[in-house]
Amino acid sequence: MNAEPYAAAVGEPGTTPDGPLLEVDDLYVEFRTRDGVAKVLNGVTYHVDAGETLAVLGESGSGKSVTAQAIMGILDVPPAAVTGGEIRYHGENLLAVDEQRRNDVRAEGIAIVFQDALSSLNPVFTVGFQIEEQLRVRLGMTRKQARVRAVELLDLVRIPNAKRRVRQYPHEFSGGMRQRAMIAMSLALDPEVLIADEPTTALDVTVQAQIMDLLAEIQVARRMGLILITHDLGVVAEVADRIAVMYAGRIVEHADAVSLYRRPGHPYTAALMESLPRLDQKGSELNTIKGLPPSLLAIPPGCPFHPRCEMAVDRCREEVPVDHGLGFGRTSKCHFAEELVSR
Amino acid sequence: MRSRWRSSGEIAVARRAAEKDGSWSRVSEPILEVRDLVKHFPLRTGVLFKHTIGHVRAVDGVSFDLAKGETLGVVGESGCGKSTLAQVLMRLEPPTSGAARYAGRDIFAMRGAELRKLRRSIQIVLQDPYTSLNPRMTVGDIIGEPFEIHPEVAPKGSRAGKVRDLLDVVGLNPEHLNRYPHQFSGGQRQRIGIARALALRPDVIICDEPVSALDVSIQAQVMNLLGELQSEFGLSYVFIAHDLSVVRHLSDRVAVMYLGKIVELGTEEQIYSHPMHPYTQALLSAVPVADPTVRGQRQVIRLEGDVPSPVDPPSGCRFRTRCWKAQDICASEEPELVTRGGGHPSACHFAEERSVVP
Repeated sequence: MNAEPYAAAVGEPGTTPDGPLLEVDDLYVEFRTRDGVAKVLNGVTYHVDAGETLAVLGESGSGKSVTAQAIMGILDVPPAAVTGGEIRYHGENLLAVDEQRRNDVRAEGIAIVFQDALSSLNPVFTVGFQIEEQLRVRLGMTRKQARVRAVELLDLVRIPNAKRRVRQYPHEFSGGMRQRAMIAMSLALDPEVLIADEPTTALDVTVQAQIMDLLAEIQVARRMGLILITHDLGVVAEVADRIAVMYAGRIVEHADAVSLYRRPGHPYTAALMESLPRLDQKGSELNTIKGLPPSLLAIPPGCPFHPRCEMAVDRCREEVPVDHGLGFGRTSKCHFAEELVSR
Repeated sequence: MRSRWRSSGEIAVARRAAEKDGSWSRVSEPILEVRDLVKHFPLRTGVLFKHTIGHVRAVDGVSFDLAKGETLGVVGESGCGKSTLAQVLMRLEPPTSGAARYAGRDIFAMRGAELRKLRRSIQIVLQDPYTSLNPRMTVGDIIGEPFEIHPEVAPKGSRAGKVRDLLDVVGLNPEHLNRYPHQFSGGQRQRIGIARALALRPDVIICDEPVSALDVSIQAQVMNLLGELQSEFGLSYVFIAHDLSVVRHLSDRVAVMYLGKIVELGTEEQIYSHPMHPYTQALLSAVPVADPTVRGQRQVIRLEGDVPSPVDPPSGCRFRTRCWKAQDICASEEPELVTRGGGHPSACHFAEERSVVP
């Protein structure tokens, strides 16, 4: 984990000759439901490079998990449908290649860890089997070799008694240990990018801290790109290099961590930060964001946040904001972004 | 605010008992007094004949007072017993031993009509907005059900009006009383649950993780609502949660639980700014702070391993297996929850103030 978050240039592709390691470019996804078409993703663009942590911050319905699922190719199609954009890994558009190629890439380059390990791990197979399966199918290891490697991986994620644990079933692990087992599983094929979708939300705060430390360590050791999907502003502040804030299927703001917290460039980000209760003092009343997130079946015209925004004016109802560049790669989709950051 | 105090004679009896045993009156005019509450769940095994092989010691001797109008926060991680505590106080589960008094009277001894009356005074708001409301009842029915069960509170004709008032009080549109829960968002459902809890004008509401399942922005709305209702109706809350910032915001005093016991108890200022017990310190230091500039500057205490099983908790101090201060005495002698120089009680032989919140 970087001890000093850098406020340096962000959004500059180029650790690989083909551009960023993993790049989502103007992605559109719809869900076709009985009640209409829900526009779940509306032009999502972000990227991650080797060795850095991108946090995707948003609340329920923002589209942060759907984006991850689209990257991994695990969207339920139908009812979901990708209607535009590209997802490029090492420059190759994953949406344009065939299923076999997508599987190969998914296996060897990009891995994902989910929120609730109990529902993500197969309950009828041992943890060892689930790790070894990949090694045997993808890397052609023998059973013995795979077993040795599985134990190594469980050791790596600091599960005590790995040799014994490898033969146990997921329900025999505690919540924190299951999450570690999932991380071990995701590392089995040495991915270059790890997507962690709310990895610690279901865990106690002390266990959360252990897991986040572990992820950071692994990331540094392997120079992995880490996409951390979460709604927790505290966790984001601790580990993120860059942050993409999502709302109604859009990235409404993108900035490095220090700048974002010091001076948010979008009213939604600002309102979110102000609504947090503080650990260091007892408050009297919390600032709230009035109203509710919009239904994706009927996203408001203009800026999707305008019905809940303190600063909204007529222009916000009529004109969809585009990305305003705020320097150093910071962007914000608000008509008044420049004013917000210069307050 | 209607007073629930009974005859002055009963109050006098309670006071005399309190004077004999000095530990009782920790707050003046307590509305709820809990003493040495224990709840063990038996572990049974066997196919044909089940026999008990042990007990899950979910709550293992908890004592506290709740003053009128105050919020007592209860924090702790999974398995500490806080939800079981809520269930026992609501008499949804019988206690294994111990006592709890509401307005000076033993709630576990109550039966029949007296118990029914108690139910009007102590209510609960639950965590999961998706499973705590009956999906087959309209919102009007859900909030009106308390009046059906306790018809003496509101004559039939006035109930619809009261339900509308309650919806209004919690910030929902009274015209929506014919809608079903699935037509509302999580935050709105939680408001419905709160309206239901308020229907009978209780004195005490036990909030068991009321905002944990909600998004940050909605969480703030519901927390403000709970605060407003407390002022308006003179409510006392037992506020159970695992999010330490949330608890601090609403609480006057806070109890920290670990493996069925309270390890530290004090005002929110004392607990958060001057924690004495190692577990409290570790818990506070693990909370991520929403400020990237303090990275690398925080006092970070990382606990090793997982919480021990409540079936077989460690001897002596239960926290000793993860505690950096553990010595021999910690295994042989369980530390009592008493004041040890810090101004508020903590249960540690080596309690020492250490500020960990930046």
